[in-house]
Parts: sequence; structure tokens; C-alpha cells
Amino acid sequence: MLEVTANNLRGAANICAQNGRRPLTAMFAADETWLGKGYAIYCLFEDDREQTLHTLRAELAPEGDLSYPALTSVLPAAAWYEREIHDLLGLLPVGHPDLRPLVLHETFPEGFYPLRKNIPVQTAVRGRRDYKMHSAQGEGVFEVAVGPIHAGIIEPGHFRFSQAGEAMLQLDAKLFFTHRGIEKALEGKTVDEGLVLVERICGACTVANSLSYCQAVEKLANQPVPRRAWLIRTVLAEMERLVNHVGDTGNMCAGVGFAPPVSMGARLKEVLMQANEQLTGNRFLRGMIMPGGVKADLGPQLRQELSATLDEVAAQYKTLVQILAEQTDFLNRIRKTGVVRKQTALDLALVGVGARASGVAKDCRKDLPYGLYGELAFATVTEPNGDVEARLLVREREVTESIKILRQVLALLEEDTTPLAVTSLAYRTQEGSWGMSESAHGSNLHWLMLDAEQKLARIFVRSASYPNWPAVPMAVQGDIIPDFPLINKSFELCYACLDR
Amino acid sequence: MLKLIEAIWAGKVQTQELNTLGAERWRGEMAYDRKKCSDCNKCVEQCPVGALRFNAKGKLSIDYNRCLFCGQCVEACSEQALAHSNQEALPVLAAEYGRDIGRVIHAQWGRSLHIRHLDAGSCNACDFELGALSNPLYDLHRFGLAFVASPRHADLLMVTGVVTRNLEQAVQLTYAAMPEPKLVMAVGACAAGGATFGQTYATIGAVSKLLPVDIAVPGCPPRPSALLVALVAAADLYRDKVRHKL
Repeated sequence: MLEVTANNLRGAANICAQNGRRPLTAMFAADETWLGKGYAIYCLFEDDREQTLHTLRAELAPEGDLSYPALTSVLPAAAWYEREIHDLLGLLPVGHPDLRPLVLHETFPEGFYPLRKNIPVQTAVRGRRDYKMHSAQGEGVFEVAVGPIHAGIIEPGHFRFSQAGEAMLQLDAKLFFTHRGIEKALEGKTVDEGLVLVERICGACTVANSLSYCQAVEKLANQPVPRRAWLIRTVLAEMERLVNHVGDTGNMCAGVGFAPPVSMGARLKEVLMQANEQLTGNRFLRGMIMPGGVKADLGPQLRQELSATLDEVAAQYKTLVQILAEQTDFLNRIRKTGVVRKQTALDLALVGVGARASGVAKDCRKDLPYGLYGELAFATVTEPNGDVEARLLVREREVTESIKILRQVLALLEEDTTPLAVTSLAYRTQEGSWGMSESAHGSNLHWLMLDAEQKLARIFVRSASYPNWPAVPMAVQGDIIPDFPLINKSFELCYACLDR
Repeated sequence: MLKLIEAIWAGKVQTQELNTLGAERWRGEMAYDRKKCSDCNKCVEQCPVGALRFNAKGKLSIDYNRCLFCGQCVEACSEQALAHSNQEALPVLAAEYGRDIGRVIHAQWGRSLHIRHLDAGSCNACDFELGALSNPLYDLHRFGLAFVASPRHADLLMVTGVVTRNLEQAVQLTYAAMPEPKLVMAVGACAAGGATFGQTYATIGAVSKLLPVDIAVPGCPPRPSALLVALVAAADLYRDKVRHKL
């Protein structure tokens, strides 16, 4: 970790980023007055050559001037992080081009900074602040407002389109409607108590969030996690990827009203959800992973059933892929629609499917290998075109890779005799620690620090949706508004784990 | 095109029978053995949402609306007096109806009910299960149930998630936009119990703090089968509302 002054943070970050070779993985602030320090700003940069994260830390004295030069002007990927820091801790990034609220909407008063330690978690203050939506101006240009409550079963977000006829000139997205204050709610909880909440940040990324969290605390622990725990965790992680990718393949067809594949995708997803229930007692794989290992084994019968399920899913998914590949009117809709150029993907530090479909090979199972991924054989799938079709193709090929991983792990489970977990872990305290895992949507990061009583003092959760959301308004520009649902579904970003 | 027709022809799916029994590992209703219990109170202390309570007579009561079905209480019990059965916890009707869910769902099925979903701050797990109701295995249309695109077309509001401050207004406006008579269903531990994350600066809590809730579905998230049971029961309640102008 490198300590710099707040005034030098922008320069140091610019050097550390090495012209985009090290993407900004996350940026957040923490109130460290309980340590006798000030407000700390952390910037994490990913270095896939050294396979680690580099941390920059700057500190602002709580009674002094809380401003620092904004990073956004040199690193566009910092834009939302700095808005969030401003919202939740009241630090002021000077020179930020768009310092509207991000997380706290109109009913919160100005000057309310909930992540400061002097604000109790249940504080219910009301006030008024402005949240102005951006729109394009000009003759004949009109606005279309959509959401936060949508026509289907979708998470809440407000979209403001500036239209020139059917073409979208500009999109402004107001998100964070499902902000529940989970990071603050976690403060003061023990590591085990925290896990129950972490599993409930997001339904689609339950395993990814749990794995990032567990890795972050396990790095502070005095014992390593047994191999069998990681074998079972890998099964769960890949099942989560399969469920999402298979479901999303069908859902993307819903974006153009192509009904039979929607049904086929939903049916295959249901087969996998029922398998999840068999494996863990929960259709979203909750209640299985814990710090130190896993709670239950996958015995021979469960493994056999899972193997049969995989055969069935692989065969039927292949049919689904063939149907999509030969449907020319469908291909016409998805080609050259919702394009994200490679440079945009690099500038915004995109992750996961969003990055890989624009030719950027980011996959933290390879970049920062964790668990057993270093010894498993699988390929990182990339596509060059950056359009909806590319994001579909990446998912299609990754389904095959996930099944390949699952088969390897099921074989390894046969001969492995290590225990399921280590118990009574003791943790180092007052020290930052991070964990990362690859969710179905991209890398998922948890950073946390424990206090002297081994309780959570600060946790920052950056899901894959966080860096990828700003790419959606870029991708839609110039396309027609009926393509928005399709483009949005091709990214399939979670609102819940973005909003927390 | 040929492949598509071939697949539609070959792929016959059977709608699943409604079954409230989960897989062997499914964490459903609690089974409690008073004889084994040593009154250590550890289960009550371990519960992250305060769903367990011993009453004055030493009887254990469980608030299924709050329960996350996470299994922490079972793990905390050193006497093995507590266990999860694989029977789903059944939906709970509001007290004013004065009857239990069992009687309602055994009444005649097959009425129409139009549903509007509202995410009030959910983790999206409940939402995905609502989506699953339309898949060929659950196919909610066979019960005369359908999701509609506007609250103005809806008889029932299905609310998921703990109500957040950022969605408070949307929740109230959506309810106000529905025509009378109308029903509200709180889906899952967040909407029904509201205790998942405790009280925070950003949340209001259970839906019942803002809207009159007619039926609550326990679970984290509830299985699609539990949602179907609740919807069929809601169709029954709705008929009563229309007949008796409740």
C-alpha cells in the first residue's frame, strides 16, 4: 500500500494506472476516526502481470478541508466512485464534471453523510435535495421518461431518453433505488453474522458476493481453507454462472419478442435452479458457504445427479444455440446493436461479459487466480465486436467452459479426502483486506477492515455491475429506442448489488 | 428456422404439479422438539432477524414472515431440538380474514387475477422467482393468473424487497394507481418481515408500514410453488372482496 497526500492522489493515481494497463478496480472512502486517523480514500488498481491489486491511500483530516482534486478528469472510471464518496462521506472531489447525488435521492437532506461513524445506522432524517436528470436540447428533440417501476418483472431504475425521432441521442440513468444501506448495516457485526447479510445483497450474485467476502476475511485468518471446501465452492460458483448465462440467453430473446427461445431458456434455467435446491437447500445457493469452508458436503449421489443434469442442460442448450444461430431476422436485430468499443471498455475499466465482448480479456479467475482456478483447464472467451451479438456469443461459449470446469471438479471431488472447513478462526484486525471472485457478470470485489473486537468496521462491496453500468448509456447512443430493452438485457446488470 | 420447428415439435414439457415439499436439503418450516430443548436460548440469540421467541410458557414461536431460512438457529442448537423440515412455510393471511390458508386453497380454483409486480428494494431473488412463474414448469396462466404491465390493470400488487427510502414514493403512487378493490401481497422475508438488514438510514422496512397487506409469503426467497399457493389464495380473497365490498 502506498500512502500519498490528498493533493497528490490524482497524480499518483494517474501514474499507478499506467495508461490504462492497470484498470481502476475500485475507489472508496472510509471513516477511520475510530483508529485516531481521518477520512481515508482508497484506490485499488488491478495488476494482472503481478496478479495482485495495488492500493493507494490518502487521508483527509476530519476537522480540516475535506476536498481533494478529482480523479475523474484523468481516470473516467472514477466518476461514479467519487460521486458515491461525496454522497456517503461528504468528501469533495474538486473539478468533478458531474457531482449530482448518486446513492441518496431527493428525500435525504443536504449534508447527511451516513457512512460517517457519528451517524447511527438507524438515523431516519428527511429533507430535500435536487436530483436533476440530464437531457439533450434542440429543435424537435423530446424526452422519454421510463421507470423506476417498469412494465415487466424488472428491478427499479429511472431512464431518461433524449430522442430525435426513434434514435436515442442521449440516455441518463438514475439508479440506486434499492439502496438499503447494507454496508452500514454490516458495521459492528461479527464475520459470521455478516455473511447472512452478504448472501442477501443480490440474488443473482449470491455465491460471488459470499466468495469475495469469505476470501477477504480468510486472508486475515490464522488458518488456510481446506481443498475440499474450495472444490465445493467452485461447483457453486460455476452453477451460479450457468444459471445466469442460460437464463440470460433466453432473456435476450425476450428483448426482441422471440418467444420460443425465451421459453426454452426459462425451462433450462428452472432445471438448474432445482439442481441448486438439491445441492444447497436453496435455489439461490444460500446457506452453504461460510468463512473457513463450506457447511455441507456433496456426496456421491448428489454428484451423480448433478452430472446427469449437466448432460441434459448441455444437450438442450446446444439446440438453443443452433436455433439462434440460424435465425437471420434475430441476428439482424442483435448485430451492430449496442456497440461498446474496445477503447471505451478500457477507459471505463469494464469487467466480465461486458469487457470480454469488446475484446478485453478480463476474467479474475485468470487475472487474479483464487481457490483452485489456477489448476483447472478452461478458456477465457472473448469476442471483438462489442455488440449485443458479441455479448450473446461470449455467454454461449462460457456455458460450455463452465460445464467443463464442473466436470473436472466433480472428478476431483471423488478422490479428495480433506475436511469441509476449518473452525474457530481468529482474524488480524485494523488492517484492510480484499477478496475478489468472478460472478456471472464480471469481477466482484469486497474490501473490509475489522475492529479490535473482530467486528466489521468498514466493508465496501463493488459488484460487477458497478463499473459496467456507465457503459450502458454509451452503448445505446444512436440506436433506436425499441432496442434499449435488448441492449440492456445483453449486459444484464444487477441493480441490487450495485445499489446495496 | 427448421431447427426451431424441430425443437418445438420434439421438446414436450409437462407442467409440474403443485408441490410444497422441497428437496431433501430444503430449509422449510421448523420442527421443534420440546423434550430435547435445554432452554439455552442460543437459537433466539443467533437469529439474525429476531424471528424466534420463547413465550411465558416456554413455547417456541417462530415469525415466518421475518425468517430468512438461513439455518443459523439449527446450527446454534447443541441439543438437536431444532431442525428445518423440507415442508415449505405456507403463506399467511391477514388476521382480518379470520381463516387459514389451508381452507382457502382447498376452495374452488380457477378464477382470474391480474397481478402487478413492484420491486420495493429487493435483492432480485424474489423477482427471479416471480419470473419463474411464467416458465413452462409452473405456468401461472393455467390458474387464470397473469402479470400485467400497469398498476391500472391490476387486482393484486405483489411487493418484493424491504421498502427503501428511494422507492417509498414509487410504492405509494403504484398502489394509488390501482383500481378498487385491490389486494397487496408481501413476498419474501424482506417485504413481509422487513428485518433482513435491520433498520437502516435507507430503509423503511416491511411493506405493511406503508400499505395494508392482505397476504404474506414467507421465504428467502419463497419457492415458486409457495407463490402459486399464495396467488390462488389471493384469487379467493379477491372474490370475497368483490362480493362483499370489503
